[in-house]
Amino acid sequence: MTAVSDTPSTASTVDGVWEALRTVRDPELDTDVVSLDFVASCSVSDDGVAHVRLRLPTYFCAPNFAFLMVADAWDAVSQVPGLSDVDVELLDHFASEAINSGVAARAGFVTSMAGSDVGEAVDELHDLRRSFTERAMLAGTDLVVRPLVRAGTTPEELVTMTLRDAPPSDDLPRLRARRRELGIPAGDDAPLVVDAVGRAVGIDDLPLHLRKARSYQVGVDANTSICRGQLAARYGL
Amino acid sequence: MYEKDGEKYFIVDSHMHFWDASPENWVEGAEQYAKGWIECFHAYQGLGPAETHQPIEEFQKVSEEQLMREVFDEGHVDVAIFQSTYLREWYKNGFNTTEQNGALFKKHPDKFRVNSRFDPRDGDAGMREFERNVEEYKPTGVKLYTAEWNGDSRGYKLTDPECYRFLERAQELGIKNIHVHKGPTIWPLDKDAFDVSDVDHAATDFQGLNFIVEHVGLPRIEDFCFMATQEPNVYAGLSVVIGGLMHARPRFFAKVMGELLFWVGEDKMTFGSDYNIWEPKWQVEGFVDWQYPEGHDFDDYPRLGVDGKKKILGLNAAKLYDIEVPAEFQLSSDTSAPASPDDAELVERSVAQA
Repeated sequence: MTAVSDTPSTASTVDGVWEALRTVRDPELDTDVVSLDFVASCSVSDDGVAHVRLRLPTYFCAPNFAFLMVADAWDAVSQVPGLSDVDVELLDHFASEAINSGVAARAGFVTSMAGSDVGEAVDELHDLRRSFTERAMLAGTDLVVRPLVRAGTTPEELVTMTLRDAPPSDDLPRLRARRRELGIPAGDDAPLVVDAVGRAVGIDDLPLHLRKARSYQVGVDANTSICRGQLAARYGL
Repeated sequence: MYEKDGEKYFIVDSHMHFWDASPENWVEGAEQYAKGWIECFHAYQGLGPAETHQPIEEFQKVSEEQLMREVFDEGHVDVAIFQSTYLREWYKNGFNTTEQNGALFKKHPDKFRVNSRFDPRDGDAGMREFERNVEEYKPTGVKLYTAEWNGDSRGYKLTDPECYRFLERAQELGIKNIHVHKGPTIWPLDKDAFDVSDVDHAATDFQGLNFIVEHVGLPRIEDFCFMATQEPNVYAGLSVVIGGLMHARPRFFAKVMGELLFWVGEDKMTFGSDYNIWEPKWQVEGFVDWQYPEGHDFDDYPRLGVDGKKKILGLNAAKLYDIEVPAEFQLSSDTSAPASPDDAELVERSVAQA
């Protein structure tokens, strides 16, 4: 790999690339690839090309998610000013070659997997992303609402509350972001608790809705901890 | 058996293997898959206690002597149930076939049950192989991998007509327990691979069969939980759950246990060590000692007492497999902790909504 230059302009470009990578999420874990330590290396060569190497917890991590992350990384890094080109590669994965060349050629998932070693793959990934963003939104609802419940907020109060009434926390802007991605209102006047299509949840449905939201949150947590553990074991982190 | 604080636990390890992933068994041209697969398993082992980690060479293939020692002599297991995984595309003699497991079973018929498998996409030839296996090893269970690739197919559903044909035949042949792998990645998954809705339908249509969902649908345990709540013949197989989380991530483990106890309940959860990924010894001992960590996060989850642990570690699976359990291991009383009235109502409403 090309050595990172010490010139200030390149250094700030590298920072920009890292920043861009922080917007790329593992859709299944709802966490960015930098926090997950999925970025094996990141540099900008003297000729202005960003080189990003991504790694995953196992050789057999689901290729559809892997494709999404590589494609998203490419898109995000391409927005960084001052680069002449972008080079993103997924390392150590059974479908590395198909995914890397597919993304580089800007092909969709189906196209890039067709005719490759891994054969014809699944549908385009929009539905998958949507369904995981819905889960992330529900899980985020648990994180934002549970402290309120613990503090004694009643179900009757919860169903009349809006996002403005939620206490400030890191989880709140994240919940708003997921709702926006789903096309669900996320402004201060929007209802606090909504279902996956954005309808306000009424008093009758609230207990079950929140109980399920909590299960979603536990599912995401458990999966994240397994993935982190495997990555650490694989790369000796 | 395992004894702690005057309580005796009968241990059924309902999900374990005797595999051969040594390089001698790798298919030429598919070495990278054979190697990648076992390395992936090996990374899972890294989630267990450090003193139980093996070098990859040892992990690839344990000896018969080592298995008997680690599972029975040291691991407290009374009866172990082999699950078969073929993967013949990468392993010349298969990874963990009915025959491999069956050879050990024949030597120690009191210690093992050997489950078979089928793949509905293998058609009539697959049916004949399945029938031969049943005749030879008298299994009462099978393990199915709906996400496995097979030729041009990227997976199947239990509800496919071909699969129903196999399920019907399995039932005629005396199979009672269908273990379905719904969990962490196995050979390339498509996006439906964790989807448990096919189990939901099949469990409704085959009331005489039990469906044990191994790895509880991780990463989507919530979908599994909502489904299992509604189906009396669906069970939570705790393989990977205990091995992968209890030591490495105790707080997350506690939450997953809390969710499973809430939605599924202690009568429908079964222990499986996933040997040789993890040894049963530390899992059994740790689970008997296990309690929720301190903190409000766990306040409203159902509690798990000695009786519940006895059920999960052995008594539930013993019922599924008609394994005789000596009186000294039976529950002192037949009371299980009922869910709180609020919990029961939520679960009921979830059922009503479905």
